[in-house]
Amino acid sequence: MSEWNIIWEARGAFLNGALNTLILFVLSVLAAFVIGCFSVYLLEGRNWLSTLLRGAINLMRMLPFLVLAYLLYYGLPALGVKPSAWGAGLVALAIYHAAYFAEILRGARLVLPLGQVEAAKAHGFRPGRLYWRIILPQLVIRTRPLLGNQLIYALKDTAFLTIITVQELTAAANSVQATYFIPSEAFIVVIALYWIISICLELALKWASRFGAKRGFEHA
Amino acid sequence: MNGQAWLLLLEGAWTTLWISSIAIALGVVIGLGIALLRMARIPFVEQALVLYVSLARATPLVTLVLFIFLSAPTFGLAMDRNTAAILALTLNTAAFNAEVWRTAFISFSREQKEAALACGMTNGVFFRRIMLPQMITSSLPGLVNEMSFLIKSSPAIAVIGIVDLTRVTNRISAVTYEPLPPILAAALLYMLIIGVLLKVQAIAEKKANRLAM
Repeated sequence: MSEWNIIWEARGAFLNGALNTLILFVLSVLAAFVIGCFSVYLLEGRNWLSTLLRGAINLMRMLPFLVLAYLLYYGLPALGVKPSAWGAGLVALAIYHAAYFAEILRGARLVLPLGQVEAAKAHGFRPGRLYWRIILPQLVIRTRPLLGNQLIYALKDTAFLTIITVQELTAAANSVQATYFIPSEAFIVVIALYWIISICLELALKWASRFGAKRGFEHA
Repeated sequence: MNGQAWLLLLEGAWTTLWISSIAIALGVVIGLGIALLRMARIPFVEQALVLYVSLARATPLVTLVLFIFLSAPTFGLAMDRNTAAILALTLNTAAFNAEVWRTAFISFSREQKEAALACGMTNGVFFRRIMLPQMITSSLPGLVNEMSFLIKSSPAIAVIGIVDLTRVTNRISAVTYEPLPPILAAALLYMLIIGVLLKVQAIAEKKANRLAM
């Protein structure tokens, strides 16, 4: 069992990696959610901006995440901007998942019943207030299972950043196994950590669905 | 970017495609097997499969590829890069496909089964002639969706040194010192591949809706 002792000795590296993964995940998901909500607001109108946005969202849906990270990390220096691996990773995660959040919310917006929106308009809601107070809360509650799924995808996508040298959880396992030559144990620990995080996410999702059911959105 | 670079890119695209295709083919069949086993509700086997599906869905592909490739020798298995990559992709996609197949199982109508049994079909004949053809149609959109997800996460195999469509851009820019053109070209090729899959998914959805299950 000496391998497990080594793992325990190296717990600092794992904890650092896990912390970094969590920070990246939380920051990027928050940013992605905000960007996604704004994008759907902009899509409400019919102008050149919304057309552009539709195109950008479709583009992201056809692109692997790592290619976007490559574009930001290796491609931007050619234009004179030199981002750090961490910054490029964070921005890539935020942009990529913002597109998916926007797509999920847009799908729900298309099937949202017209009645409430018309009633709100009749009461004199301006477009901004109408969106943030009436439309968006419903969209978020209706799409919570899909949004939750997307959160788990975002968590898994943070592992790609190890390829552009971000020091996150998978990178921590890789460096521990390279130092002590104990690949199985190192990766078992890391997989278990990912598993625990995603189980926590799923529990949060269950709690959210109970909250939604309480508000009368059972069959959304 | 000259002709040589494009040739390298196409080679990378071919690597991505053949490895992903094998994983997709294996994953669809194994997923069906897992779904069948889970529906049979054999004690212990079922719990083990639930655990496997949950773990495989939570593990990032990069981590899984590294784990399989690096720890196979410690278990006494000689495994080259391509085998490790195919194994990792298959393990990952089979878990997702199993869920798609299982949904099709659960939503299958009981009346048809009763009618078939009343007509004197055995369980095997019923499954082969009645259930499976309808299940394939109704789960095709989900399966194709999972295929495009697999292609989108296939760059993970670059981490163990396979020169796929993503990694080949590093090779090209190491010679030309211009990283932007090859990455953009790779993005274009990926969009081509995934765009075709999204089209196929739309067609499959139309067909599944016509079945109206």
